[in-house]
Amino acid sequence: MNLLELKSLKVAYGGINAVKGVDLRVGAGEMVALIGANGAGKTSTLKAICGMLHHGGRVLYRGEDVSNQPSHELVARGLAMVPEGRGVFGRLTVAENLEMGAYIRRDARAIRDDMDHVYKLFPRLAERRRQTAGTLSGGEQQMLAIGRALMSQPKLLLLDEPSMGLAPMMVEKIFEVVRQVSAEGVTVLLVEQNAKLALEAANRGYVMESGEITLTDDARALLDNPQVRQAYLGE
Amino acid sequence: MDIFLQQVLNGLVLGSVYALVALGYTMVYGILGLINFAHGEVVMIGAMVALTVMNALLGAAVGLPPSLVLALATATAIAVCMALAFSIERVAYRPLRRAPRLAPLITAIGMSILLQNLAMMIWGRQYRTFPSVIPVTPHSIGGASITDVQIVIIVVSAAIMAGLLLLVQYTRLGRAMRATAENPTVAGLMGVNINRIISATFVIGAALAAVAGVLVAANYSIAHYSMGFMLGLKAFTAAVLGGIGNLAGAMLGGLLLGLIESIGAGYISDVSGGFFGSHYQDVFAFLVLVLVLVFRPTGIMGERVAERA
Repeated sequence: MNLLELKSLKVAYGGINAVKGVDLRVGAGEMVALIGANGAGKTSTLKAICGMLHHGGRVLYRGEDVSNQPSHELVARGLAMVPEGRGVFGRLTVAENLEMGAYIRRDARAIRDDMDHVYKLFPRLAERRRQTAGTLSGGEQQMLAIGRALMSQPKLLLLDEPSMGLAPMMVEKIFEVVRQVSAEGVTVLLVEQNAKLALEAANRGYVMESGEITLTDDARALLDNPQVRQAYLGE
Repeated sequence: MDIFLQQVLNGLVLGSVYALVALGYTMVYGILGLINFAHGEVVMIGAMVALTVMNALLGAAVGLPPSLVLALATATAIAVCMALAFSIERVAYRPLRRAPRLAPLITAIGMSILLQNLAMMIWGRQYRTFPSVIPVTPHSIGGASITDVQIVIIVVSAAIMAGLLLLVQYTRLGRAMRATAENPTVAGLMGVNINRIISATFVIGAALAAVAGVLVAANYSIAHYSMGFMLGLKAFTAAVLGGIGNLAGAMLGGLLLGLIESIGAGYISDVSGGFFGSHYQDVFAFLVLVLVLVFRPTGIMGERVAERA
């Protein structure tokens, strides 16, 4: 069953077409990577899915048309997004950021359990729970952004460039958690410039070029694909 | 009579009212980046509605105790002001959410003029006597005098401000307000309905404004359709002085401005050898505004948080 399906999704910014009719599907339980160069339209695609950008075409979530629905309604349906640049609330504490992630929920006890779970995934956050998020390092902020998204108990997690600007060790840690989250049954759609990293973690992949999907296959097949190797893996 | 202590007391009374009104400016600015110039008029409407309710209740001679009359009048004023602010945001500001910043600012000034004229049509152009249900008998503290109304002003304002700080710091709504103020798009991704938070912000600010209107009218025993204008400007100055967008800043700015004004007005005559009189009081507020804008535009408690990309 497809959890998410895009049917000729289009996004335009004042006459410039950033996304030109993308078809994409993410099956329940899958991890799908959307890779491509800077400016290919990956982030626009994600933003359109979660209601941050007005779009043409259709977004189907669990078979239902949710095109152009406001973000806050999609969250309640189990869709969570980790935005590009993390978007943590710098003036709120780490704990408050996590509580914001659970904003739609009312089950105080389960929220506390989930918060402990996040602290277990990222012990660094537990140490800093009373600090404002603005004082965290980039990597810690990325951990917080992912932890915060998990707090809504998502069925579908959208990740926008989780490796961007992070030290290699931090990237490894982040991807370790993404794999673990996926193994726990959360469906993941991952946007990355780091194609190797993304394809090694994902089940399937899509390659995006100037607003269009040019290639799609199993992640492993894409890793072996000479075109992909040349264009995105630097070989 | 101790002039300095007297001016400090007067300043605290004045400053408490400024602080209550300044909070409304600063909360809306924090979330929308909009200076809601109609906010002073909400204060005035609060005073006028309370006055009407009190006159009706006292005139009906049902023999209610004065404090109950005041409480009912204040509650009505709060309800009317909340509804008014909710409507103002929906009708005047929301359609301009994506417009250039100047558009909502001009709209706010237009709304202010509209409300003043509406109030003039409803309540007339003359000064209206605000029924003095709280006795204005002065008490003496260390050579200075303070009335019951003034004590009520200080106590009620302090209680309301403490309540607001608790709300913003510790409740789900307060957290959502802070998150929305910082990044509305991401707050939406958390499931926050931004429009609802913005409405809540306007409505809470209006409730404080209504209380401020009742307090100020009770203090001077007078209400007038233009009373919100100068009060609004002063409170805006207080918000800027404290650091606009910052709640604690608005409170501090309000109290400081009240003290500066009243101490300034108390001594200006002596200092200038009688050349300036205490009616120059208003000058101090705007002198403060100019000085703050020139030397420290972020105000006393303005943005210090460094955010990493």
